[in-house]
Amino acid sequence: MTQEIIIAGFGGQGVLSMGKMIAYSGMVEGKEVSWMPAYGPEQRGGTANVTVIVSDERISSPVLSRYDTAIILNQPSLDKFESKIVPGGTLIYDNYGIIAPPTRTDIKIYKINAMDATNELKIKKAYNMVVLGALLSVCPVATVESVLKALHKKLPERHHNLIPMNEEALRVGMGLIKPM
Amino acid sequence: MADEVYLLKGNEAIAHAAIRIGADGYFGYPITPQSEILETFSEQKPWETTGMVVLQAESELAAINMVYGGAASGKMVMTSSSSPGVSLKQEGISYMAAAELPCLVVNVQRGGPGLGTIQPSQSDYFQATKGGGHGDYHIIVLAPSSVQEMADFVDLAFRLAFKYRTPALMLADGIVGQMMEKVVLPDWRPRRTEEEIVKTCPWATTGCARGRKPNIITSLEMEPDVMERRNIHLQEKYAAIQRDEVRYEEISTDDADYLIVAFGSCARIAQKAVETLRKEGVRVGLLRPITLWPFPSEAVANCAAHTKGVLCVELNSGQMIEDVRLAVNGDEPVYHFGRMGGVVPDPDEVVAALKDKLMNEK
Repeated sequence: MTQEIIIAGFGGQGVLSMGKMIAYSGMVEGKEVSWMPAYGPEQRGGTANVTVIVSDERISSPVLSRYDTAIILNQPSLDKFESKIVPGGTLIYDNYGIIAPPTRTDIKIYKINAMDATNELKIKKAYNMVVLGALLSVCPVATVESVLKALHKKLPERHHNLIPMNEEALRVGMGLIKPM
Repeated sequence: MADEVYLLKGNEAIAHAAIRIGADGYFGYPITPQSEILETFSEQKPWETTGMVVLQAESELAAINMVYGGAASGKMVMTSSSSPGVSLKQEGISYMAAAELPCLVVNVQRGGPGLGTIQPSQSDYFQATKGGGHGDYHIIVLAPSSVQEMADFVDLAFRLAFKYRTPALMLADGIVGQMMEKVVLPDWRPRRTEEEIVKTCPWATTGCARGRKPNIITSLEMEPDVMERRNIHLQEKYAAIQRDEVRYEEISTDDADYLIVAFGSCARIAQKAVETLRKEGVRVGLLRPITLWPFPSEAVANCAAHTKGVLCVELNSGQMIEDVRLAVNGDEPVYHFGRMGGVVPDPDEVVAALKDKLMNEK
């Protein structure tokens, strides 16, 4: 199985870190992974995006033309990437600030209110973990256990006290998409 | 025990690999998209563990000349930069080629010419493979296409550099520098002792306390006849490198009707295009030069033979295509597809270019 994912939003939303968490979780599960950021000035105020691939096989290109799953966190990113999702693919987007919602009918579309949900949490910085939770609930790219294991391995020990809050954010995110 | 697997950026992998294989010194000056190399060295503090020297020089010129000094004393020393910074280093590289000094230079290319952009590019191919600085010389050029190769080629480049007493260059780009992949780092190896350096580098300026005659390391020679003899010696060395050190990878070339030639990150993008085209029933193969100098001319000619045409995919306006055309020598049509200035094509663009240029499916 191969999951080709684009995560796109504003710089500062935790887009790149969220991608790293997915890549690291995939690695924890023994999969092949690649993480390719659109690096540069676009990270400041403009759009930031990262392509993450998790696969059972050796990954050829880290740069893609189309994506199985798109996680979209602002309007410019929605405009840019909606057309690049494969038919039958998945679009998860945060409704916050979206004025022109997606229109495609050949993909699965999930609207989430992750910004609002995060604002109710104690830790506002966990926005990307809320979004990651939403992704995990509809896309089997990694298990919650792997994500938590990745957090344990990746975070320096002095920050391990933040793991329960991140787990809470993940669980909140997982509840955002109601089963159809 | 299984080797530990890390998730690293290509730039980070280079620094970790250099520390582990016992490099003696790194001298650099920051520039995007390769600043993580110096950052990783600074974070790892190898001067506290292996004794490796890490120094942020005042400029690229200073850095390459520190490398010259370190190499002259037989040390395993390196520098890294990105395109505009590597241009600044060319004088030093020419001097080191002339003085037959081994070293590693890393170029994580960005869009040019001039200061250009900070996004990925392969437009320094000519500079890397045709000399770069003044004079009749070549350096060994390795083109990593994965984070694993970013780690592995540090050791390979140093081995080749010392074997032939010549600078070696890793020609990477912003994609392999910035992307993260799984990587197994090389085994730890202690830095060579002074005695080992004296023994393995009898040419180095290691001090004359043991009674030997002074070693003189210079690129200057006042007598043209003597300088010509030095040139002839260099050319003999380059011929040996061309004979023995060519490296490349072939993917699905056996039954190929069409051949793509691409190096570094572009080869990864082209490989995805090959997968797409094969699913459509188009028999395409990929040849990836790993050494850009020496160029795998024979392999290109062999793979291209009996195909209907060759497509060079590069992040430039067409540079490696000149070497591919020389290799094919007019036997098959050779076309170029590339993007410039830091723009990276996606796999579908490569698929479309191949159909357009080689299959005439407009």
